[in-house]
Amino acid sequence: MASIELSSPTYGTGRFIRTWETARRYPLVPLAILIFVLAIPGIFATQITDTWLQDPLEGRLTERLTPPVWQEGGTWQHPLGTDKVGYDIASRVIHGARVSLIVAGLSILSGGFVGTVLGLIAGYFGGWWDHIIMRLVDIKLSIQSVLLALVLVGVMGPGFHTVIIVIALVLWVRYARLVRGETLALKNQDFIAKARVAGASNFRIISRHLFPNVVNTLIVLATLEVGQVILLEAGLSFLGVGIPRPTPAWGLMVADGRNLIAAGNGWWISLFPGMAILLTVLSMNLLGDWLRDKLDPKLRNV
Amino acid sequence: MQRYIIIRGFHAILTLFAISLIIFALTRASGNPADVLLPEEATVEDFERLRAYWGLDRPLHVQYAVYLGNIFTGNLGESIKWPGKSAGELILQRLPATAKLTIVAFTVSVLLAVPLGILSAVKKDSLWDAGGKLFALLGQAVPNFWLAIMMIWIFAVDWNLFPTSGKGEGTLDGIHHLILPAIALGAFGLAAGMRLSRSAMLDVLDSEYVKLARIKGVPEWKIIWKHCLRNAALVPITYFGIQFAGLITGSVITETVFAYPGVGLLAIEAIRARDFQVVQSVVVVFAFIYVFVSLLVDILYAYLDPRIRLT
Repeated sequence: MASIELSSPTYGTGRFIRTWETARRYPLVPLAILIFVLAIPGIFATQITDTWLQDPLEGRLTERLTPPVWQEGGTWQHPLGTDKVGYDIASRVIHGARVSLIVAGLSILSGGFVGTVLGLIAGYFGGWWDHIIMRLVDIKLSIQSVLLALVLVGVMGPGFHTVIIVIALVLWVRYARLVRGETLALKNQDFIAKARVAGASNFRIISRHLFPNVVNTLIVLATLEVGQVILLEAGLSFLGVGIPRPTPAWGLMVADGRNLIAAGNGWWISLFPGMAILLTVLSMNLLGDWLRDKLDPKLRNV
Repeated sequence: MQRYIIIRGFHAILTLFAISLIIFALTRASGNPADVLLPEEATVEDFERLRAYWGLDRPLHVQYAVYLGNIFTGNLGESIKWPGKSAGELILQRLPATAKLTIVAFTVSVLLAVPLGILSAVKKDSLWDAGGKLFALLGQAVPNFWLAIMMIWIFAVDWNLFPTSGKGEGTLDGIHHLILPAIALGAFGLAAGMRLSRSAMLDVLDSEYVKLARIKGVPEWKIIWKHCLRNAALVPITYFGIQFAGLITGSVITETVFAYPGVGLLAIEAIRARDFQVVQSVVVVFAFIYVFVSLLVDILYAYLDPRIRLT
């Protein structure tokens, strides 16, 4: 039977290679890392540690400074070792994923919302609105994130809400700038003029005609930002102006190991939470790059 | 060009006023400094005296005017943690150390990022490029405080090559103390700068005038160094302006890890001691420096790219 091969050239032995070629087009490795390092631990943290590990807030002083299991003196009870007050590192790294997820989610949602609304207003109405909002952007940019955190910690005291407000205040600026730019390009197009002729109110034009056109951009920006937010939160916690102790936050855990490492002991206390940050941020950046190329290639230089 | 500078300068001044207003409002919102300063058994008269001494009994707009006047005359208030020292004095004392660290990290990262990025672009898809891309990816994802601690673990403790903390005495010892902090601080900028130089160079290599130059038979090295470099350099220059903000943030973190006595460590020490007078002074000083630097970068950019100053 004469059939014509229409598939792409098949070198080698067919199916396995073809599956591999298809798979390569998707960011599978970063996705897998995100699922195993961030998503599963973040969602099921309590279940995982209840079943296998000690509670993240339980310090067993008698078992303090146990090295990881493959080292001399390590036990399976503490696969990644314990720190100087007997906290279980593995348990806390797993719970830290949840802290990072919550902080990233809440701060990106709130910062993204404020930035998008202000960007739409600045771009659509122009004039004084635009001037005022863009000056606000300048002002924000000149106070760096860590310094902003220092001032707000002074005013509101340290805590979860302070971290989220600080990060949201850092983030809204990027959304506002980007959405403003997109709105400026969109608002002179025909479909906006037609909506206005049809009697649509400003609110309707913004919410029904402009906003849907910037959604792709927003999704890409949000994905690209998750990694940055996790880094920022970890940095703030590391400095002691972020998540307060004894919450298991990755940045705090790295900070806990600093003095011991300088004294030549307990490298595992800082190593593992840091690896968790590195892997998460790396995969999130790769995923964001891929999504950008798919949805919104013009964001290349953002 | 002149008009552009005047408008940008005006914006910068406006921003400075707004920053001072926000910091002023926030410090007043954080409660009465008398509560922090006075012991619990203080009487109402003590409170009144202190309020009068700090000028807290006057109307808000007068307080703000006094505050603004103090900033511009360099009087940033007195420290609570370090009695007898003014915040301005403390900052000035620490500023040279921070400046040294930041400038070294910045210079090295720029000097490496641009050539490496260009090399990556010119030899696209080679082993060089793959290595460069991998480095850029890692450098943008690694938390700098963790990198710093890992470097302390490996190079300072295990191999005993560098000191773990401090600033050192004298020139040579100072340089010895500066190497690890500078690497930790410069890594992110180096990675990001490399990535940006690479993509800028790739864009330029793909342009019409480069193709024309190739057709004319201009040698490849001349195309790269004369035709491409100047245009490709524009993108990284704006970026390095933005990166300055990252350096300020990074210096606070790096100085804390290495106990390097700069302005960043001062701010952290002050917040731990609840010495808000020093904290807010550091914020104001850094904000002013940032506004000034970004003004300079914008002017430089307008000078290099006529399209900006003519619109």
